[in-house]
Amino acid sequence: MSKISFIQGNIACAEGALAAGCRFFGGYPITPSTEIAEHMAMKLPKVKGTFIQMEDEIGSIAAVIGAAWTGVRAMTATSGPGLSLMMENIGYAVMTETPLVIVDIQRGGPSTGQPTMASQGDMFQCRFGSHGDYSIIALSPATVQEMYEMTAEAFNLADRFRVPVFLMADEIIGHMREKMTLPDTVPVMPVRERTERSTLPFKAEKDGVPGFTPFGKGHHVHVTGLTHDERGYPSTTNPDVHERLVTRLVAKVESTRREIASYDVTNPEAETVFVSYGAPTRAVWQALHDLKDDTVGHFRLKMVWPFPDWVEELFPQAQAYIVPEMNLGLISRELERHVTIPVISVPRLGGALHEPEELIRAVEGAK
Amino acid sequence: MNFMDWYRADRLPTIFCVGCGNGTVINCALTAVSEVGWKREEVVFVSGIGCSSRAPGYIDADSLHTTHGRALAFATGIKLANPDLQLVVFTGDGDLAAIGGNHFIHACRRNVDMTVICMNNQIYGMTGGQGSPTTPRGALSTTTPYGAEEGTFDLTALSIAAGANFAARWTSYHVKELTNAIRAGLETPGFSFIEAAVQCPTGYGRRNRLREPEDMIEFFRTHSMLRQKYDRLLAEGKLVPPDTIVVGEFVRRDRPVLGGKK
Repeated sequence: MSKISFIQGNIACAEGALAAGCRFFGGYPITPSTEIAEHMAMKLPKVKGTFIQMEDEIGSIAAVIGAAWTGVRAMTATSGPGLSLMMENIGYAVMTETPLVIVDIQRGGPSTGQPTMASQGDMFQCRFGSHGDYSIIALSPATVQEMYEMTAEAFNLADRFRVPVFLMADEIIGHMREKMTLPDTVPVMPVRERTERSTLPFKAEKDGVPGFTPFGKGHHVHVTGLTHDERGYPSTTNPDVHERLVTRLVAKVESTRREIASYDVTNPEAETVFVSYGAPTRAVWQALHDLKDDTVGHFRLKMVWPFPDWVEELFPQAQAYIVPEMNLGLISRELERHVTIPVISVPRLGGALHEPEELIRAVEGAK
Repeated sequence: MNFMDWYRADRLPTIFCVGCGNGTVINCALTAVSEVGWKREEVVFVSGIGCSSRAPGYIDADSLHTTHGRALAFATGIKLANPDLQLVVFTGDGDLAAIGGNHFIHACRRNVDMTVICMNNQIYGMTGGQGSPTTPRGALSTTTPYGAEEGTFDLTALSIAAGANFAARWTSYHVKELTNAIRAGLETPGFSFIEAAVQCPTGYGRRNRLREPEDMIEFFRTHSMLRQKYDRLLAEGKLVPPDTIVVGEFVRRDRPVLGGKK
């Protein structure tokens, strides 16, 4: 029996992770994400899982990667300053194809900024923050229900692609309490593990992803952040090996962007289209409700990365896109790369959500 | 099993310079692992970045070659997620004591059940001979061209102060003693720290009048002093030369362990 609950977004995130079978959490206290760590500290020991508070966020993500290599579902949760510290090891997770989930409850930056106020300032950092070329997946919840469901789904995506998957929430969604339905179970996709020892543990299958070879099962796998061949052995001066590896790491995610895309389309015949993700989505919903205007549509991203670059197919009559974001215009910049009509950025800094009236005025201005 | 049975034959020879001491330490470690009878399937070798950290890549078992300084944090995650796995970490003075210093003291404090072998060559070898936190005062390196001015870390003392259950120091000259110390570390529950002074003729020796590998090994032979003798001399108020390498087992104790078998 599913049950109706009234809980905080961060708690819903932790519960979603537990439902998905997450059994390892490594973290470091940081506002506004700490409730996730606290809830995991309380709950994980009761399901034979492991919680550890590391000495910093660098150690947290390192411990999570180590745990993931034993074959358990593992995660961390942090906010902007912590995410900055994690960057090197996020690149390591990409290079070693380690499945894991990183929750970022975004707060105002740069630097220590506004610890208790919301922002969406990390949307490029999660995608491009580590050095080198790579690709990741990022989800963006707008409700407490989605904090639960998307966290659970993040583990499936991480396992399928063997990449870090980000839940890019923010202080508003993380600290908000609202009604949600706790389902009995969440869909848990089985991990594609190699059953026998292979001399080529990093040889990809058809979808570009190698079968997983967790430690302790006789795979004798060597895992390194150095450029490596299909044996997993370092091969750092052969240009072809590097190009082949990095191209595959990017393509295994990017080539599926249409299949894994997740978004809502409202009024596809609209002339003016809101594009939103995360908390500002809620202001857009109110604005649409108040406007009662079929010529105004809404493209709501639930998965921000990889970016659904076929937006124009979805809104063929669109004349302008309006992008409210809690930053100075990050995803609006990405959208501009993919469309031929004007993109109007409606930035918001400081932590307060956009007012619906402000968005209605933006529609009037666009017409 | 012999230590040679643990090597990935298709990865040899190693990238280590002629005369490097790291191979000796790896041989000692693999001999110790063989002696305690661990199977390949139950042991994971972990490392950070640097010459020492290339070791796991030559060992035919599960191995994780991680980022600079972070090996102990990765190893902590592995051990806590699956306490049935045995953890051996290879690291160096730069990896462990400089960029990884914080993870080092916290892994000791937690007393995580793992054995950490630090190949202390007193220099950054992989990047061409820069000064490290264990480069002796006055020694020349590419970043201390007028002689190192900073004080050094006593890594073994640091591990003891931070809470390790086992700590020992030997050199690449003391093959048998080093092997026995690593074995004792493997057998002691909790955090076991073995510091192995190794020669780096390329990065350290040739700038510090120890050009040939045998010069540094001879230095280890003539400058090592058992801790019992060292303690006695100190107690008698006698002077001990500052370049003395105090060797032996320094602690073996039973503090509560994190990550022991469930």
